[in-house]
Amino acid sequence: MTRIWLAAAALTAAAMPLQAETVAPTDVAYTDGAVEMSLTGMAGDPASGREIMNKGAGNCIACHQVTDLPEYAFQGNVGPSLDGAADRWSEADLRGIVSNAKEMFPDTVMPSFYRTTGFTRPGNAYTGKAAEGDLDPLLTAQQVEDVVAYLLTLTE
Amino acid sequence: GTLPLAAGPDDDQLVINGETEIITEAAAPAHMEYVDTIYSGWRFRTDETQALELDDFDNPGMLTVDAAIEAYNTVEGSAGESCASCHGDVDSFAGFAATMPKVNEDTGKLMVMEDIVNTCRTEQMGAEAWKWSGDDMQGMVALINLQSRGEPVNVAIDGAAAPFWEQGKEIYYTRYGQLELSCANCHEDNYGNMIRADHLSQGQINGFPTYRLKQAKLISVHNRFRGCIRDTRAETFAEGSDEFRALELYVRSRGNGLSVETPAVRQ
Ligand code: HEC
Ligand code: HEC
Ligand code: HEC
Repeated sequence: MTRIWLAAAALTAAAMPLQAETVAPTDVAYTDGAVEMSLTGMAGDPASGREIMNKGAGNCIACHQVTDLPEYAFQGNVGPSLDGAADRWSEADLRGIVSNAKEMFPDTVMPSFYRTTGFTRPGNAYTGKAAEGDLDPLLTAQQVEDVVAYLLTLTE
Repeated sequence: GTLPLAAGPDDDQLVINGETEIITEAAAPAHMEYVDTIYSGWRFRTDETQALELDDFDNPGMLTVDAAIEAYNTVEGSAGESCASCHGDVDSFAGFAATMPKVNEDTGKLMVMEDIVNTCRTEQMGAEAWKWSGDDMQGMVALINLQSRGEPVNVAIDGAAAPFWEQGKEIYYTRYGQLELSCANCHEDNYGNMIRADHLSQGQINGFPTYRLKQAKLISVHNRFRGCIRDTRAETFAEGSDEFRALELYVRSRGNGLSVETPAVRQ
């Protein structure tokens, strides 16, 4: 049994090269809160990023207003409006803010979307039960890139 | 689009049944470092939700309280007693809830109302303990708290209560879960703001057990705590845990000065 499982693991590893450029959440390099390098080496898709602003683990508009997203009701105001974000921040800044906003704004209430360690009583999603095994980041590397690509469209 | 930009609490005043004035705004107790004024959650709700609390005939939580009046007078358990046979009229508890939770001098245990009810059930009546968040329990807790409606909350935080209060305070300021949010992040730093469709209040518990329209029943303090911690993608504490007892004392003390408002109605 063990051996078959190991063989399967080896196979998966062999199939990895395509994703080899994905930077793991624990390996992201921050400089003054910013992240220069793309997390995936692939361009982000702003249309996908636009949807992540509203749904699932992104849900950015729980806290932020974005005039460009009138179709999404009930935008929160715990954080600042993101209108004109691309005028205020570089791509690298935005990648850093979305990946781990605590690097740019220590103590911020904004969650770290591409971080997997250092939490107190992490749960298994929204079940209230303890997390099992390693945590997945709130957004995948590509989703972070997609959101950054969308934020870069927010000019005034 | 047009955004519902809610600000802080509104200016409405709460008088129940045209006679019981509820203090929904007060100077913050001295132990609160970052807040000047405390508000009941009622002040953050819509007019429609607020209206349900103005008259007990409109308050959906009163149905469960009425059932608790029955239970209060009903003999149950091996000792052949009812609550009434020992305590007489339920209004003998007037004022009692305003000082809860408190430490039992004999055992040194921090007792919340559910603990007292279940102690009387198991030790005095020979009846089974009630489930923490069930209608039986929350109806009875609401009935006892209702006897103090209008009275300002005034829990002790010194003496025997001090270590529990410190523990509760620490929990209140701990950023739990993968979202790393503390009670204070939402209910102290951001009350008055909108988080998605929710208008954040100060997370006060002066109105508990509270009838929650979304759940269509009376919900316990610990059930609410559980829900809020779960929403941070955290492993919660259990209802009836020592952590939640301590947190209840601490949060209750942040409302010292607000009226007991039970059963409040919330969205
Ligand atoms: C729980 C609240 C919350 C959530 C959810 C949240 N943010 Fe934030 N965000 C904030 C706050 C608060 C700030 C202000 C920084 C500070 O705390 O000083 C901020 C700052 C920012 C900034 C810089 C603000 C500016 O334009 O100058 C960007 C960009 C941003 N957030 C993007 C996002 C994106 C994208 C998401 C979702 C993937 C997101 N945020 C989710 C609370 C949040
Ligand atoms: C056989 C007698 C008996 C019955 C039945 C009984 N109790 Fe009690 N109850 C007591 C005694 C004795 C105390 C005081 C205990 C103490 O202080 O340690 C008490 C204390 C209380 C208190 C705290 C009052 C205070 O001033 O400290 C509450 C509230 C209470 N009971 C509610 C109830 C309810 C509700 C029921 C029914 C579910 C009930 N009791 C049934 C005997 C009884
Ligand atoms: C992510 C944000 C968030 C966090 C963190 C949070 N809450 Fe809440 N809480 C809410 C929202 C939203 C509501 C519903 C609106 C309201 O009443 O404020 C709520 C409601 C409440 C209520 C009901 C208030 C009433 O008037 O009935 C209480 C009590 C409460 N929270 C306590 C807590 C405590 C204690 C903690 C920490 C253990 C906590 N909350 C953490 C968002 C949060």
